[in-house]
Amino acid sequence: MTVAVEFDHVSRHFGAVRAVDDVSIAIEEGGFFAMLGPSGSGKTTCLRLISGFERPTAGHVRIFGENSENVPPNRRPVNTVFQDYALFPHLSVRDNVAYGLMVKGTDRRRRQAAAEDMLALVKLDGYGARKPAELSGGQRQRVALARALVNKPRVLLLDEPLGALDLKLREAMQEELKSLQRALGITFIFVTHDQGEALSMADRVAVFSQGAIVQVGSPQDIYERPHTRFVADFVGSANVLSPELAARAGGPRHWSSLRPEAIALAKPEAARLTGTVTGTRYLGAVNRVTVAVGGDMLTIALPAVQTVPADGAEIGLTWPDGALHTMEAE
Amino acid sequence: MHSDRAPLGLKIAAFAGLAFLHAPIVLIFIYAFTTEDRTYQWPPPGLTLQWFGVTWNRPDVWQALGLSVRVATVSTLVALILGTLCAAAVSRARFFGREAVSLLVILPIALPGIITGIALRSAFNLGDISFSTITIVLGHATFCIVVVYNNAVARFRRLSGSMLEASADLGADGFQTFRHIVVPNIATALLAGGMLAFALSFDEVIVTTFTAGQQQTLPIWMLEELVRPRQRPVTNVVAMVVVIVTFLPILAAYYLTRGGSETAGGDK
Repeated sequence: MTVAVEFDHVSRHFGAVRAVDDVSIAIEEGGFFAMLGPSGSGKTTCLRLISGFERPTAGHVRIFGENSENVPPNRRPVNTVFQDYALFPHLSVRDNVAYGLMVKGTDRRRRQAAAEDMLALVKLDGYGARKPAELSGGQRQRVALARALVNKPRVLLLDEPLGALDLKLREAMQEELKSLQRALGITFIFVTHDQGEALSMADRVAVFSQGAIVQVGSPQDIYERPHTRFVADFVGSANVLSPELAARAGGPRHWSSLRPEAIALAKPEAARLTGTVTGTRYLGAVNRVTVAVGGDMLTIALPAVQTVPADGAEIGLTWPDGALHTMEAE
Repeated sequence: MHSDRAPLGLKIAAFAGLAFLHAPIVLIFIYAFTTEDRTYQWPPPGLTLQWFGVTWNRPDVWQALGLSVRVATVSTLVALILGTLCAAAVSRARFFGREAVSLLVILPIALPGIITGIALRSAFNLGDISFSTITIVLGHATFCIVVVYNNAVARFRRLSGSMLEASADLGADGFQTFRHIVVPNIATALLAGGMLAFALSFDEVIVTTFTAGQQQTLPIWMLEELVRPRQRPVTNVVAMVVVIVTFLPILAAYYLTRGGSETAGGDK
């Protein structure tokens, strides 16, 4: 496997702020890679280090083995889908898509034809003559995608690509982006703060916290076997059990994580833990019930078809063997 | 509760206000047609079109008009270049003293013209620069830059930074980005700013008085005519021309920027 993008001990500091701090990672060609983290965790800065709008304070960013420090953004084999799409308001949709070819000097007929092909690929055939202002949010997003892809980049960068779309559209676009990536075979690197998006689209996820990568792995790895409390909590809000509580629950005396949906109600004699119900939140498909176990709070997700125990009820909790995951680090 | 019809008192007040503002201008227009050229007699004893012909044949009018057009054109060009560059720097870059620069650029229009005039005059004297068309242009450029700058800076703010990055990301170099993205997006703002600058320069009196040598711009010529009149209505004819020449660009600038701000840079 070729490495498309490599971070070699890369730091980017803004004064005293360590936006990216000693990040090393190799992103393989042809994959769908997610940079996941809360805002301010350094993921967007990493993306801008690849596109060339930021320069590393220390370390090297290599794109297909080549040091990129002295390559300006307009000469890198990468294209970006910007968070706000950044479409050119004075150009038609077709000219927006053809822009990259135009500045490279492709003749008018060829670039217009290429733009139309690309618009067809993102299912916007017939929209070429419109202005961006006449399109919906989802359509603009597709134009931004077509505008980047028409240049045949070796790496496509997506900065929170679905952030501005409503839920329904977001789910549809997740599917589409994934199948588009498979069909084209281009490396997709996308930045998101939405763990659901990262887990459902990417085949590898890097979790960022405070300028550093805290865990890299497949979505299953990240979700089921978080290394740290931060990952457990951020990726799908797992219960984090202190060493003491983990020991009481029958695990090793170490920080552990337990998925809310892995926990089921049990008779007190068959329970691994017992606690008192303190509140319930109805979320449609599930009820999220908070349970006080001694001084700790646990969250359990009960399917909505199941009866919810009343507040103050004493309940027993159980889970399948192996659901209690012992974390490697704190 | 709002009714669509204004109360009668308010209507009268509005008309009185408008009359107060515009009646003197109407008087100027009417006197351009009077048959009596010594005193401004009211009502005019008769109406005639002869003064238009007389004005047409006066070489001093043509000279003054020519100078005014030249000065306004060159000042506007200077203002377009310097004002745009200044606006680009202030809105695109972060540097020490940015706010101060912004304030200093706007200052000349807030400063009384007489101060600007005196300052320029003593500066020119100090630099041993003789008064000519160029010194008038320099004087006018000080306030022309402001209107261009103000228009351009507002438009630059709307030109999002990510658009320029997108252009670079798609392979455009700095010049291509400027030509294909920046210029089309600020063009109407520059046109509007340029028209306002032209109009401002065209009817400027105070700064011109201090920076002109023997030459007379059209407004200066009119002032002189009032002091020692010969063929008085000629001044009124010229006044009409000045009103039209300055009013049309301002009206055009108003319509250009109005459309632009509503669509948030959406239209050319």
